[in-house]
Amino acid sequence: MSAPLTAWLEGVGVLGPGLRDWPSASAVLAGRVPYAASPTSIPALECLPPAERRRTGKVVRLALAVGLEATARASSERAVLPAVFSSSGGDGENCHEICQVLASPERQISPTRFHNSVHNASSGYWGIATGATAASNALCAYDASFAAGLLEALVQARIDETAVLLIAYDSDYPQPLRSARPIPDAFGVALLLTPAARQQSLARLTVRLCATPAERLAEAELEALRAQIPAARSLPLLRRLARSEAGAVMIEYRESQSLGIEVSPCH
Amino acid sequence: MKPLALSAFTASSCLGRGLDPTLAALEAGLTGLKPCTFETVTLETFVGEVAGVDDERLPAGFEEFECRNNRLARLGLRQDGFDEAVRSAAARLGPERIGVWLGTSTSGILDTELAYRRREPGTGALPEDFRYRGAHNTFSVAAFVQRALGLEGPAAVISSACSSSAKVFASARRAIEAGLVDAAVVGGVDSLCLTTLYGFHSLQLVARKPCRPFDVERDGLSIGEAAAFALIEPPQPNDTAQDVLLLGTGESSDAWHMSAPHPEGRGASAAMREALAAARLDAAQIDYINFHGTGTASNDAAEARAVAAVLGTAVPGSSTKGATGHTLGAAGALEAVICALALRHGLMPAGVNTRSLDPALPVSYVRESRRARLDAVMSNSFGFGGSNCSLVLGKAG
Repeated sequence: MSAPLTAWLEGVGVLGPGLRDWPSASAVLAGRVPYAASPTSIPALECLPPAERRRTGKVVRLALAVGLEATARASSERAVLPAVFSSSGGDGENCHEICQVLASPERQISPTRFHNSVHNASSGYWGIATGATAASNALCAYDASFAAGLLEALVQARIDETAVLLIAYDSDYPQPLRSARPIPDAFGVALLLTPAARQQSLARLTVRLCATPAERLAEAELEALRAQIPAARSLPLLRRLARSEAGAVMIEYRESQSLGIEVSPCH
Repeated sequence: MKPLALSAFTASSCLGRGLDPTLAALEAGLTGLKPCTFETVTLETFVGEVAGVDDERLPAGFEEFECRNNRLARLGLRQDGFDEAVRSAAARLGPERIGVWLGTSTSGILDTELAYRRREPGTGALPEDFRYRGAHNTFSVAAFVQRALGLEGPAAVISSACSSSAKVFASARRAIEAGLVDAAVVGGVDSLCLTTLYGFHSLQLVARKPCRPFDVERDGLSIGEAAAFALIEPPQPNDTAQDVLLLGTGESSDAWHMSAPHPEGRGASAAMREALAAARLDAAQIDYINFHGTGTASNDAAEARAVAAVLGTAVPGSSTKGATGHTLGAAGALEAVICALALRHGLMPAGVNTRSLDPALPVSYVRESRRARLDAVMSNSFGFGGSNCSLVLGKAG
């Protein structure tokens, strides 16, 4: 087992089916409000110049929306904040459109589609939207993409002694890729992490790799989201944060490994 | 940062399989670029194709990973005893103590592109042999390499376009410093596919002839493919085989444009400065720089300005993309390995194909490969989305 990694959580952003932001999601996860399923509703982006806004697909809007929510109280820091983007599939709709055109006789793919096809497209648009010039990463670890992104962000916060913004997000593919990778809808989560406690800190997170199996959620609909959308593997952590309960939570990492996260609320 | 040793490294590209043919081609100033005959591509361009990728067979039990990208990864792992070096490190440190960070831009997308041609006419369904997890998904190359090497530590793919496999060095060095792992396999694997060939063509960034970085008549890039790997870990005292060190990494974002660099190379300068600071070196201590040098008008102009601002105009430099093509998500690792060879053999590799250096670019371009004592070198990698990474490598001892 490796030494634990510690960071303080200062902001949360969430967007998913029936979960429109962190305040409403935490009311559901804390059990104060019943979960009501509805398709993920992704807001329009006001933060990008109109020309760039037209070029973005829903996956980019999803990633930026949760990133903006998590940094809402630290907006002056956005331009200097390193970021870790992590996604299993990136922009599946864009990928489908390109593959479709490449299978046609013309093969004339659009320049915008091509530059949007890079896995770090959300990172690029985030920089354009917020002026963030610090390091920005773009990870993929299939179903473990949330846990891999969290590890990356925690390591970076500690070693580079900096606040780090983690943005994990995934969206559904159109057919025929949907049959091969049946992600039902879009889900994004963002965590603003700092290497030391600050006035606004919500909780201390201490993370280690564990052999204990990942936690499931008792509520069938939320458990279905957790199991089907890689970024929603974060839900057991979000539930504990919503309930402001101290204690450990197990997040899925790989087949035989979980991330054990010790949560200590700050108030 | 604390320096890390490159205990083992290897690269396969259109210059050849493994270090020996790569070094020989760099010494002789040869290019591996040839007219494009890849798949059914009808574009008038040159590509850097690795010979025999499709003759490579994955081991039994690895059928779920079948795709050109993983065949190229397997071909690369088998060169220079790299796989054996990793296995012996795993025996020494424990397989769970070695992480895997690999860069790729397009993973096994070629196989998806071909599967789309074979969709069921009525339903549009993909053929039954389509593999999402082991081939299409961006993580597939790290999953394949991790399993092929018998490793059990943390693993991730970094996919930040053409900076991907430079950034893996930065992520791995942080993970080692944090004690998450004791060593890491880092590298990049990217293979030819229609998305990048037709995509760069749509942006009018593909040269018709072999690319000519920093040339006054440069007109775009040539796409290549490569698999390059390094095993990095804290240096062992008195291990003379560990002759090359990773000294510094620097990362930044342009926050400017999705597919064009900041014209003054703002992000590039920031990444180079951070890498120098991490290495605790002055600009004057960099003996050679391997430019990102794609051969597009805008990249080379922005990079030249950034290098002049950070390192001055006298540092010898070259882009080896005239020899290898732009191997995209594998370029950072390929060029880090070329820098490691340069340090080991005291070789400044020439930028081939460049005939008339652009007088507007304030750089000291290496036109012919030459011997020189090299103690510290820099490698630049910049990608779409304004993702920049610079590495500093040095000679041990």
